[in-house]
Amino acid sequence: MTSLAGTGPLLRLAWRRDRWLVLVLVLVMAGLAYSTMAATLDLYPTDAEAAAGAKVMAENPSITALYGPLPSLTAAGVGVIKTVMMGSLFGAFTAFALVRRHTRSEEEEGRFELVGAGVVGRRAPLAAAVLLAVGTVVAAGLLSALALMGTGVDTTGSVALGTVIVVAGLVMAGVTAVAVQLTSTTRGAAGIALGVLGLAFVIRAMADTATGGGRHLVWLSFLGWAERVSPFGGNRLWVLLLALGATGVLLVVADVLLHHRDLGAGLWAARTGPARAKPALGSAVGLAWRLQRGSLIGWTIGYAVLGLVVGSMAKSVDQIASNPGIEDMLRKMSGGNGSVLDAFLGTELRFMAVGAAAYGIAAALRLRGEESAGRAEAVMATATSRWRWVSSHVLVAALGSLWLLLVVGTCAGVAAASTSGASFGAVLGAALSTWPAVLVCVGLTLALFGVLPRVSLLAWGLLAVFLLIGELGAILKLPDWMMGLSPFDHLGHLPGGDADLAGLVGLLVVALAALEVGAAGFRRRDVAT
Amino acid sequence: MAPVIEATGLIKKFGSTTALDGLDLRVDEGEVHGFLGPNGAGKSTTIRVLLGLLRSDGGTVSLLGRDPWADATELHRQLAYVPGDVVLWHNLTGGEVIDLLGRLRGGLDEGKRGKLLEAFDLDPTKKGRSYSKGNRQKVALVAALASDVPLLVLDEPTSGLDPLMENVFLEQLAQVRAEGRTVLLSSHILSEVEQAADRVSIIRAGRVVDSGSLADLRHLTRTSVEATLTSPPHVTDVERWPGVQAARQDRDRFVLSVDTSSVGEVLRRLDTHGIAAITCQPPTLEELFLSQYRDELATADDAPKEEVRA
Repeated sequence: MTSLAGTGPLLRLAWRRDRWLVLVLVLVMAGLAYSTMAATLDLYPTDAEAAAGAKVMAENPSITALYGPLPSLTAAGVGVIKTVMMGSLFGAFTAFALVRRHTRSEEEEGRFELVGAGVVGRRAPLAAAVLLAVGTVVAAGLLSALALMGTGVDTTGSVALGTVIVVAGLVMAGVTAVAVQLTSTTRGAAGIALGVLGLAFVIRAMADTATGGGRHLVWLSFLGWAERVSPFGGNRLWVLLLALGATGVLLVVADVLLHHRDLGAGLWAARTGPARAKPALGSAVGLAWRLQRGSLIGWTIGYAVLGLVVGSMAKSVDQIASNPGIEDMLRKMSGGNGSVLDAFLGTELRFMAVGAAAYGIAAALRLRGEESAGRAEAVMATATSRWRWVSSHVLVAALGSLWLLLVVGTCAGVAAASTSGASFGAVLGAALSTWPAVLVCVGLTLALFGVLPRVSLLAWGLLAVFLLIGELGAILKLPDWMMGLSPFDHLGHLPGGDADLAGLVGLLVVALAALEVGAAGFRRRDVAT
Repeated sequence: MAPVIEATGLIKKFGSTTALDGLDLRVDEGEVHGFLGPNGAGKSTTIRVLLGLLRSDGGTVSLLGRDPWADATELHRQLAYVPGDVVLWHNLTGGEVIDLLGRLRGGLDEGKRGKLLEAFDLDPTKKGRSYSKGNRQKVALVAALASDVPLLVLDEPTSGLDPLMENVFLEQLAQVRAEGRTVLLSSHILSEVEQAADRVSIIRAGRVVDSGSLADLRHLTRTSVEATLTSPPHVTDVERWPGVQAARQDRDRFVLSVDTSSVGEVLRRLDTHGIAAITCQPPTLEELFLSQYRDELATADDAPKEEVRA
């Protein structure tokens, strides 16, 4: 088929550009799978010990909502539960990023025109991007399976974990392939693809915490498919066939859409706009808000839904609270004086805070995006000072994340208070109290941007480290000082427990210092192009 | 009168590469100053230093009597800038960008805005991502020209414009000059600078190698004389005439490169051999430019100097 001509060279080009990223991602995934399993086996040398410890976990709704049900009451089952969630999200994000990067981003930047004028078929860029993404998730799956086998657990379960990663990655590659045909912008494609991913996560979480027949709804979500491979439990390797089928259908849809649009365009045409700027678009802050409001609206919708979902789970949490084992464990998590429900809400809200930090980092990184695209130069050649320009985007990042915490706290509070004994004010307060940690992430991003602009994207690496410290720190028995490196470790135990006032003030001080370092660094350096 | 732009011994390094190597530049009030040089000579770097976007590593620079790094914000109220590579926000329309940049600078002339949109035939309702390169350039030009600022800094403003629009731009530039405003016009398009500029600075490898009015610069160079003679002399004799730098013979047709100050003498001598046809061309800016550039090639490659001019 000549429409596929050039796929090979394009794939080699993509590999040449991304090989280090791909290698690092695959190794990190396999390393995570290995270390969590090894640490769990260390903690529970026998299945009997694991079963005793895991019983509490299996019935804890906050764990089920995040990670899905425990595959089995064995040491390996406990050792893999977090890896299943992280592995499926890893597969999905990797596939999304790679497919989008080598299709829509290339078209939007105009680089594809350079390549497309050569002997390159219409389908070739999409084919090359999908092949790279699939190759990467398959490699991550294989290596993770091998890594698990290295800890001495059984082969079928290990292969099943690899299958989890591949299932999520395959379907997300298909979803992204369709999304990049629909809109003409990279951001628009991200909105659609990540929206589908978010929906899949919410459906899965709701189905997993539902009672009775509602649990089968998990099959509506491709993250649910990945989870139900159930390594070291059901070991349903056949789910891979389901994923292959769905991916095939999605790719056919993408292919049909591809043949109905022009290069550079989306299926949804770009519209014209106003000939004059509204009065609000007359300052640096006005510009930053205009550039970022679309993404904040998307996040707001997502956070409102997540808040309602989390809040409405409060009812089922209340019901299980009668189990003394869980009550004891959750009490410990909440600092000793909160209720089971408080502990559940506190855990969930802390994850929302990490999400809000991701928003804050993305919003602050707009600074770097504007700078390297050359658009910052146009603004700073006007009477806009550097400080004003920097603070415009930082303001959107800081207040935008506060807004998201307000939204999720309000929605979760309303839903929880109306279905259970939770207090609206306490939930909202707990959500807002995480803001200093989010602000630290924004501050660190600005510090990187001001002092080491070329590596600004490392801000994402920092967030990943903070997340991993929170998730795996206890299992890996990290020393306290290392746990303390994560700003999310200093939030106290809200709602219900005590707020860590010294911690919160400390976070604010760190955040302000980092912001100052970043702003001062930027004032002293050249504007890069 | 204090110069609007004055730079002396400007140095800018990026790592181990030296982008500006002791650059001197002076632009007086009310003049259109051509800033001419090949790609990579340091034109855009100079402009970015003048705008306070880059910090110089040495030398002094002043813009309207102030320091462009320390007083950037205040200075920027008094200037408008068109970057060499115009990048627009994908989801803002051209009209919005023009208004935004105008407001960020401190206001723009509504009457001029409308006239310029018409003159450049620009649709302000299109989104940034759907403009072609030439149209993006027009957006930046309208935004800059619609201002009332005393200084315009234009970095290769016509790149991407078609010849028709290039003429529109030159007309607008003449208007700006008539209003007594100062313009720094960087370009590698020689005819454009030749038409528009009062004075020219030629930059090469981070230094200004020549600066002056076009008339000044022409004195330094040679006139091309092309003559068809009825009784042609021997070409080796012609080469020995005073002021003749190079001569080439093609049967009865001679092409000479003559020091501009010796043109009269050479014409008298040619006349003794019977002139059937003659054309004299003053040096174009292109030739100024080539002669500067050739020196650079010669020193760089150590190649034998060859007369390539015809």
